[in-house]
Amino acid sequence: MSELTFFIDNKECKAKKGQTITEAARDNGVYIPTLCDYPGIRPAGTCRICTVKVNGRNMAGCTTPVEEGMIVENKTAELEDMRKAIIEMLFVEGNHMCPTCEKSGNCDLQALGYRYTMMVPRFPYLWPSREIDASMPKIVIDKNRCIQCLRCVRGITTADGKHIFGTLHRGDKTRISADPELVAAMTDEQAQKAMDICPVGAILKREVGFKVPMGKRKYDSAPIGSDIEK
Amino acid sequence: MGNIAEVVSKAVESYQKDPTRLLDVIRDVQDALGQVSDEAIVQIGHLMNLSKVDVEGVVTFYHFFSKSPVGKYTVYLNNSAVAVMMGRGAIAKAFEKEVGCSFGSLSEDGKIGLYDTSCIGMNDQEPAAIINGVVFTNLTEKRVKELVTGMKAGRNVSDMVKDLGDGNNQSELVKSMVKNNIRQRGSVLFAPYESGSALRKAVAGTPEDVINEIKNAELRGRGGAGFPTGMKWDFCRRAQGERHYVVCNADEGEPGTFKDRVILTEIPEMLFEGMAVAGYAVGAAEGILYLRAEYMYLKKFLEKVLDDLRKKNILGKNAGGKTGFDFDVKIQMGAGAYICGEESALIQSAEGKRGEPRNRPPFPVQRGYGGYPTTVNNVETLCAVSRIMVEGGKWFASMGTVQSRGMKLLSVSGDCDKPGIYEVEWGITLEQLLKTVGGSGAQAVVIGGPSGTIVGKEAFGKKVCYQELGTGGSVIVISKKRNLLEIVHNFMEFFIEESCGWCVPCRAGNVIITNKLEKIMAGNGTKTDLAELESWCKIVKGMSRCGLGQTSPNPIATTIANFRSLYEEKLKKVEYETGFDLLKSVQESCKVANRKPKIEGH
Repeated sequence: MSELTFFIDNKECKAKKGQTITEAARDNGVYIPTLCDYPGIRPAGTCRICTVKVNGRNMAGCTTPVEEGMIVENKTAELEDMRKAIIEMLFVEGNHMCPTCEKSGNCDLQALGYRYTMMVPRFPYLWPSREIDASMPKIVIDKNRCIQCLRCVRGITTADGKHIFGTLHRGDKTRISADPELVAAMTDEQAQKAMDICPVGAILKREVGFKVPMGKRKYDSAPIGSDIEK
Repeated sequence: MGNIAEVVSKAVESYQKDPTRLLDVIRDVQDALGQVSDEAIVQIGHLMNLSKVDVEGVVTFYHFFSKSPVGKYTVYLNNSAVAVMMGRGAIAKAFEKEVGCSFGSLSEDGKIGLYDTSCIGMNDQEPAAIINGVVFTNLTEKRVKELVTGMKAGRNVSDMVKDLGDGNNQSELVKSMVKNNIRQRGSVLFAPYESGSALRKAVAGTPEDVINEIKNAELRGRGGAGFPTGMKWDFCRRAQGERHYVVCNADEGEPGTFKDRVILTEIPEMLFEGMAVAGYAVGAAEGILYLRAEYMYLKKFLEKVLDDLRKKNILGKNAGGKTGFDFDVKIQMGAGAYICGEESALIQSAEGKRGEPRNRPPFPVQRGYGGYPTTVNNVETLCAVSRIMVEGGKWFASMGTVQSRGMKLLSVSGDCDKPGIYEVEWGITLEQLLKTVGGSGAQAVVIGGPSGTIVGKEAFGKKVCYQELGTGGSVIVISKKRNLLEIVHNFMEFFIEESCGWCVPCRAGNVIITNKLEKIMAGNGTKTDLAELESWCKIVKGMSRCGLGQTSPNPIATTIANFRSLYEEKLKKVEYETGFDLLKSVQESCKVANRKPKIEGH
């Protein structure tokens, strides 16, 4: 397989042809924050947290393939502040109640909030009125916590490729929804997968909760990204 | 409820269950039932083997589809800034009074629905509305009364059109009161043109010759972004694919632009021939005209033009008399979404999906419609192609400025004596333009629409061209009597409404900066608010995924830059009221440390 050489903040990195900037960065021990990206599903570029500067232009690292000799700026003060702004936007756009959330400690958004030392968002809260859909078996969708990353839309499909989750409306009214018939036909494993793929607490599996106690969860001992950084 | 099943099944069958025709299926259901209910959505999904949520996603994405009933008569009244300037408020009130319900709702008997809509491409004849697909322009309160009386009496909407517009608006297939308002004709678009002459010349050479001629002309895309057309075609031609496509972007949605509407009405032959030339150049057999839903009233007429061109062998098998070159064009209707003017969103929509832009790479020229290499070109660009074929690239490039060759069609509206269409050479100064249109003395000009730039007097000496003041064609003149910040606010509401919602900075950011603007407009802002607003605009512009979010803060950002005093006048005179005197409290320690205090504002 042909190997490409490129640079992130002046560090020489290697990439396989076809790899995106974030994938290649990970392999080279460089952390570029991601949120909507998820291994094994097609990148969507919805959150923009992985924005890097390539040849002076802002690009999403998760959707941009590496090219030979590419010069990538990652940890600049300007980009880090804009990334933090995105996290803050997500916190004010929805209604996030970390202390009582089943995903607390396993939540990527919360973990990024900590990593970027967000104290109080710079933006005023929007306090939207969003619904909780508990009408279906197996899962509950709490749209208050949804960040519309589309991981569930992209990653959870039926055997014949139908979307179980989808997007409704547009603009600030955009909401994730599910096909009730297809949700009813989901297996327990699929329902668990839907909950796990959700970076926040918007998709929750019914009946079981707080199985792993707080304090012993994914991001409780080390910040997000620390497994990548060398 | 048998009716729903019948209507849905008929709609689905008439498009052979083809998922790429989902928008057409939904439109047929909407037209027949006045809504696309949950039940209809479930049935469409079952019959087309799509998940319910995918069908519902499309229904709820487009402005002209509705899950709830919108009435036997549906009034869509333009709420763009120029409509407001031309008296939209009084017209809306008149509708509300006569119908007895407010905008965004349905009359008690469920017969008449009143809804707002983004710019419908009639800025030179506002206030204007679309009722059941029929356009009504220059509305007055008296006219509204007549229209509502007619609707209440059950009259046919098209029968209520009284005076027809000029040119082809009078055609039996259009019969519209829309006016062309062609104020100035130039040598590229509105000069005499012999149908068939461009394609004849194109097919006499090789596709490479055609691309070279367009490159020699230095033609750049007329939609606004200004990408070199020859280069785009070259990329598309070279891209590997079983098939190639030509798509014409007739989704002009930038508030204030209506030039494509006039081209489609008056010189569609030139446009379709340009598509055939593009097809020959890139190696495509199929062209798609993606027509915005607001221009539905032109569809039958355009179908007839296409038929005539087939008869003349400008389209069809061996098009232009070239053996082996088959090329035809079909029309795909949009359904009300500004974002579909973005080329990859347009392709998504043409494939029957939500009009969300795609990530790139791959670019449409590599993987576009149906995954095949596709060139998406603007209506005006393709007309210019026809002229360039006839007159030559050198002739075209002799006009305009260094990086902006040829002529440009401008849609001028707002506070001027002669709103309408002007074909001008690139490089005309704003001052000259304002004089021509009768808009001298303007406070500001919005050039390139809300996503462009708002400039004041200091910039009137600048040239209209890509290097100085670029535009896809929208020019809005704003007189001194207007409250500019209210216009800025109208533009921001437009972007909030039209964002596709895919990426965070555009979806949430536009709401956040608009809230901040409102705070300042209400007189509750401080210097800090203004500084934050400025820096937040940069975040939205810098982090958004596509052109919409990358330009949506422009109304705010460019007015802060060019009309800063308008904001400053609104600010509270103090930044922060506090009993704590920072300067005084650090005085002593500064003295000890032998430093001068560095505190902003002291």
